[in-house]
Amino acid sequence: MIFGTSGLTVRYHGTTALSDVSMTAEPGAVTMVVGGDGAGKSTLLRALAGLAAPASGVISRPGSEGIGYLPTGAGSWRNLSVDENITFVGGSYGLTAAEIRTRGDDLLERAGLTEARDRPAGKLSGGMRNKLGFCLAMLSEPDLLILDEPTTGVDPVSRVDLWRLVSEAAAGGAAVVMATTYMDEAERGTTVYLLGRGRVLVSGTPDEIVDRMPGAISTTPHPSEPSRAWRAGRHYREWWPDGTIGSGEPADATLSDAAVVAELATLAGEVSA
Amino acid sequence: MRAMILKEFRELRRDKRTMAMLIVLPILLLVVFGYAANFNVDTIRTAVVGPSADQVAEQLPDLFEVTINEPDETTDYLTDLLVAGTVSAGLDTTTQPPTVYVDGSNLFTAQPVVSATNALGDAVDVEVLFNPDLTTSWVLVPPLTGLILMFIGVVITAIGLVRERENGTLEQLAVMPLRPSTVILGKITPYFILAAVDMVIVTILGITLFDVPFNGNVGLFAAGAALFLFVVLGLGVLISTVSQNAGQAIQMALMVLLPQILLSGMIFPLDAIPWGVRWISYLLPLTYYTELSIGVMLRGAGIEALMIPFIILVVMAAFIFSAAVLRFRKDLAPSAAKAAS
Repeated sequence: MIFGTSGLTVRYHGTTALSDVSMTAEPGAVTMVVGGDGAGKSTLLRALAGLAAPASGVISRPGSEGIGYLPTGAGSWRNLSVDENITFVGGSYGLTAAEIRTRGDDLLERAGLTEARDRPAGKLSGGMRNKLGFCLAMLSEPDLLILDEPTTGVDPVSRVDLWRLVSEAAAGGAAVVMATTYMDEAERGTTVYLLGRGRVLVSGTPDEIVDRMPGAISTTPHPSEPSRAWRAGRHYREWWPDGTIGSGEPADATLSDAAVVAELATLAGEVSA
Repeated sequence: MRAMILKEFRELRRDKRTMAMLIVLPILLLVVFGYAANFNVDTIRTAVVGPSADQVAEQLPDLFEVTINEPDETTDYLTDLLVAGTVSAGLDTTTQPPTVYVDGSNLFTAQPVVSATNALGDAVDVEVLFNPDLTTSWVLVPPLTGLILMFIGVVITAIGLVRERENGTLEQLAVMPLRPSTVILGKITPYFILAAVDMVIVTILGITLFDVPFNGNVGLFAAGAALFLFVVLGLGVLISTVSQNAGQAIQMALMVLLPQILLSGMIFPLDAIPWGVRWISYLLPLTYYTELSIGVMLRGAGIEALMIPFIILVVMAAFIFSAAVLRFRKDLAPSAAKAAS
C-alpha cells in the first residue's frame, strides 16, 4: 500500500504551516523530506503520523499499529534502561515477550547497542540515543516508518550506522519517510521532496530533480551576482537562470545546487512550485 | 551590564506568567488574604433546646446567633447537630444549670464560646466536645493530610506528565496503538496508588505522633480521601496540559495550592472570612476535604452529616477529571479531536 498526503494543508494558530502538500511514500523506498528550518518538514511528518490535524486534504497512513515514529531529538524514555524501553514499547504494540526479546535482541545488535542494554537512555550519547529511538520505532516492524531528523547532531560514525539501519528497514519492506537538512543524505533517498515555507518546491528522484533544474551552474571565486551565488567549499557556486554562463567555470549541478536554485527561483517568483 | 538588564526586562515582559506572578499575584494575595486572615468569629451558629429554650435564647449575648430553637428537643438532638456541624455551639436547658456544648473541632469558634460562657460563672456548665483541651494539632492534622496530598499529587502528577511533553515522548505515546484513555489511566494510576499510600502513612503518623483521635468510620474517610485524590490528580493533569515545562507546572501548582492553605478553613475559620472572599473558599476542594476529614476523625460524623461535602467532591472530581482527560486527550490525538469536531 502507498502512503502519503494529497493537498494537505495544516494550520497552527492562524499560521499556515503546510499548504497543499502532496507526497507519496512507497513500501521498500526511502522518501526524503528536505528543507531548511521552518520549511514544514516536521509538520508534514507529524501530520503523516496523525499528530497534526489537517485543515484540508487527505492523509493515507496505516493504523497506529503499522506506524513507527521517531520524533526529533527524542524517541526514548530517559529514566528507563535500553532494555526497559524495548519492553515498554513492545508491550504497547501488543508484542509477546518472546517477540520483544527476539526483535529487541536483533535490533540492538544491528544498532550496536547490545553492550548498553542496561544503561538508562538518558545516559547514552546523542547518537546512541537516536539509534535506540530508531530501534523502538522499528520494533513493531511497521509498514510506515517516520523518522524526523534522526541524524541531526549525530557524529559521522553514528550517521553511517543510522543510514545502514534505515536502508535495512526499507529493504525489509517498510515505507520510510525521513526528514533531514543534510543534502548528502537526501541524495540517498529514492524520492526527495524539497519543502520551502510549507510548500513542495520540487520533488522526484535525486537525478530527476537535478535534471529538471532550470538554468546552469558555474563555480567561481568571485560571483558576478551575489544574490544568485552561495559558497561551497573554497569557491562560490553561481546560478544562471537562462542557462548561459557569464563568468566562472561551468559545473555539474548537484542535488544541493538544485535545492538552492529551487529556493532562489521561488523567492524570485520565476518558477512556481 | 546595561545590555544584560535590558535583555532580562525584555525576557520578563514576554514571560506573561512570571509577569502575572510579579504584578497581579501580590496585589491579589494581599487583598484576598488580608480579608481572609482573621481568627475572630463575630457570630456563632447556636442551637438551644429544652423547656427554657425561648427564654434563654433571648438572653444570650450577641456572639450567639440562635439558628435552631427547639424547646421540645433533648440533649441527644443537640449533640447530633454538633456532630453534623450544623451548629458550633448548643445550649441545653434540660439540665440545671443549663449546659453549653461547644464543638471543639472548630477551634476558633470554640475559644470565644468558652471565654464567653466562663464569664457567666456558675450560671452555666461548659462542655467542649470532640477536642476537650482545644488542642490545635487535633484540628490541623486531618486537613493537613489533604494539603500534603494535594501538594504531592498536583505537583508530581503535573511534572510527570509535563516531562513526557518536554522529552518529546508524549508524541511517541500518541502514535503508539494505545487509546488515549489507556495512556491517561496508565499515567495516573501509579500516582493514585502512591498518593493513596502517602495518605495512609500521613494519617497514621498524624494519629500516632499527635494523638489525634479517629472517632469515625475508616471506610467513609477512605472514600472521601479517594474522591479528593481524584480531584487532586485531575488538577495535576489539567496543569500539565497548560504547561510546557516543569518550571511552569510548579508555578501553576503553587498558584493553585496557595489559596487552599489560607481559604479552605484549615487555618482561618470560614465563618470569619467576609463573603466577598469566602465564595472562593467554596470553590476549593480542600475546603470540603477539611470538613470531611475533621467531621469523620474528630466528630465521628456519618455519611448523612457529611453528605454535602461528599456530593460536592463527587461533582468536583467528575468535572475536573473529565476536563483534564478531555484536554489531555486533545494533546494525544489532535487528528481524532479535529475529526470529532
